Amino acid sequence: MVGAMNGSAIAASGLRKSYKDKTVLDGVDLDVRAGTIFALLGPNGAGKTTTVNVLTTLLTPDAGKAVVAGHDVSTEARAVRAAIGVTGQFASVDNLLTGEENLLMMADLLHLPKAEGRRITARLLGRFELTEAAGKLAASYSGGMRRKLDLAMTLVGNPQIIFLDEPTTGLDPRSRRTMWQIIRELVADGTTIFLTTQYLEEADELADRIAVLDRGRLVAEGTAGELKRRVPGSHIRLRFTDRHGLDVAARVLPGSTRDDEELTLRVPGDGGVRSLRALLDRLDAQSVEVEELSVHTPDLDDVFLALTGHGNLTGHENSGGHENPDGHDNEEVGAR
Amino acid sequence: MSALTASLADSTTMMRRNFRHTMRNPLTLFNAVLMPMFMMFLMVYVLGGAFSVGVDYVDYATPGVIIMTVCYGIGPTATAVNSDMTTGFINRLRVMDVSRAAVLNAHVIATVLRTLVAIAFIIGVAFLMGFRPSAGLPQWLGAIGIIVLTALAISWLTVAAGLAAKSPEGAGILGVPLMLLPFLSSAFTPADKMGPGARQFAEYQPFTPIIETLRGFLTGTPSAGTTLTAAAWCAGLALVGYLWARVSFTKRA
Repeated sequence: MVGAMNGSAIAASGLRKSYKDKTVLDGVDLDVRAGTIFALLGPNGAGKTTTVNVLTTLLTPDAGKAVVAGHDVSTEARAVRAAIGVTGQFASVDNLLTGEENLLMMADLLHLPKAEGRRITARLLGRFELTEAAGKLAASYSGGMRRKLDLAMTLVGNPQIIFLDEPTTGLDPRSRRTMWQIIRELVADGTTIFLTTQYLEEADELADRIAVLDRGRLVAEGTAGELKRRVPGSHIRLRFTDRHGLDVAARVLPGSTRDDEELTLRVPGDGGVRSLRALLDRLDAQSVEVEELSVHTPDLDDVFLALTGHGNLTGHENSGGHENPDGHDNEEVGAR
Repeated sequence: MSALTASLADSTTMMRRNFRHTMRNPLTLFNAVLMPMFMMFLMVYVLGGAFSVGVDYVDYATPGVIIMTVCYGIGPTATAVNSDMTTGFINRLRVMDVSRAAVLNAHVIATVLRTLVAIAFIIGVAFLMGFRPSAGLPQWLGAIGIIVLTALAISWLTVAAGLAAKSPEGAGILGVPLMLLPFLSSAFTPADKMGPGARQFAEYQPFTPIIETLRGFLTGTPSAGTTLTAAAWCAGLALVGYLWARVSFTKRA
């Protein structure tokens, strides 16, 4: 049974797709365990939506194979469709229908009995706090409400696997938090979530595993922690109460860099418990008192830079004042 | 549920949706009759007196205005189909295995019905302005037949254009030739009174035989040759629109 825990909900190998001479997917392999959240992280134009379109049977890949919910997307599209739900990049709700009518329309298209359709609609409206707005046209909804309605429409069919293409792009911080909460609840119920995002924070916050997509290729995959550890530059920062402590520590910890003004020492290391304990033991042996210790791991933005060697994910999120929307600007980022 | 009953159920669901759209956006109907009504007044009361067409001018112009009404009523369809495409609504339906036929047929049928309502209104106005057709029941049925055929052809073309266009604005622009072509036909003056070039163009474009056929039915003297030409044009245009829509529906994910 596909939905069984720890089985593969989505397995893809060697997916390729190009339009004319532009390669959008250049050999993508994916493995998403059932009941987990998987984030496909990448800048605009990396191929995220194309990947979703291939996995959801909307697009035929030029090469490669994808199995979703145990069925081949090319040869068993119908079986795949029966098991999945998709919420696209734009809230695809019908503006001239009310929230309730939108949901009932989905129930009708799924050929559910009338009574069941009404029951599911009422439950989803309640769950997404849309009961009050149920009778209003979707055109009058806020951005956050539209996204919720959009997701609710996807849930009418009770899919095993849900694809969310940039589910929070354009949402205000509060609506984004609400959406995250909803996504976590879905997984708690056993649903598998495949989401794409260009927000580091979102992948970090939600995903069990993250794959980084860049120009149609996966450049890394792992948990947020694993990805961060792959990047050189993790270090432990120690602060001392006086100059003497700093001197002694600098002597016994080779490779460290000292800052006399701040009375701090920067020691390369991944911050793992074992190495941390060894470090403290050495300082203890010299009776050096440490006032403060902190472990600095690079964030996913550093990861992306280190993995691709070009550009960051979302220019505006990383301050520095320079917009870098296409994520392909070597120099500026290199100079950062 | 068999494929056919599923498809019929989906068509009903999509029809209900399109029907609600029209009811909630009555401006689309208003717009569809506003321009043709203006043309009617302009041609009959302002310009038409100067044309000699051999019959009462309102009787001559009404068939042209009726066909223009078909062309002026399609704007909302192009926009609606395009927004279904660009907002991902159609992709949502495709992932739900809703048949292509259900989605597209609903748009076409809704457009044809809306057009027929607008045309009924325009014919009412024409009667008030002195339109006196000599058609009996069979001729009226023939007239309705050619109107429905034209509306079907134009609707399929519009749905296809709406699917293919990159934006609602783009979809709207594709409708402009359809609004201009009737002016270069025998809608308001007979083709043989036009200058060289314009006359040949008018004679060989689809709207002239279509309007002549409708005029023929309404004044009781349809020519078999023209009627066949008009029907062939309608069938051809509908087929082109239908095939184009099919391709766009599947291709644009």
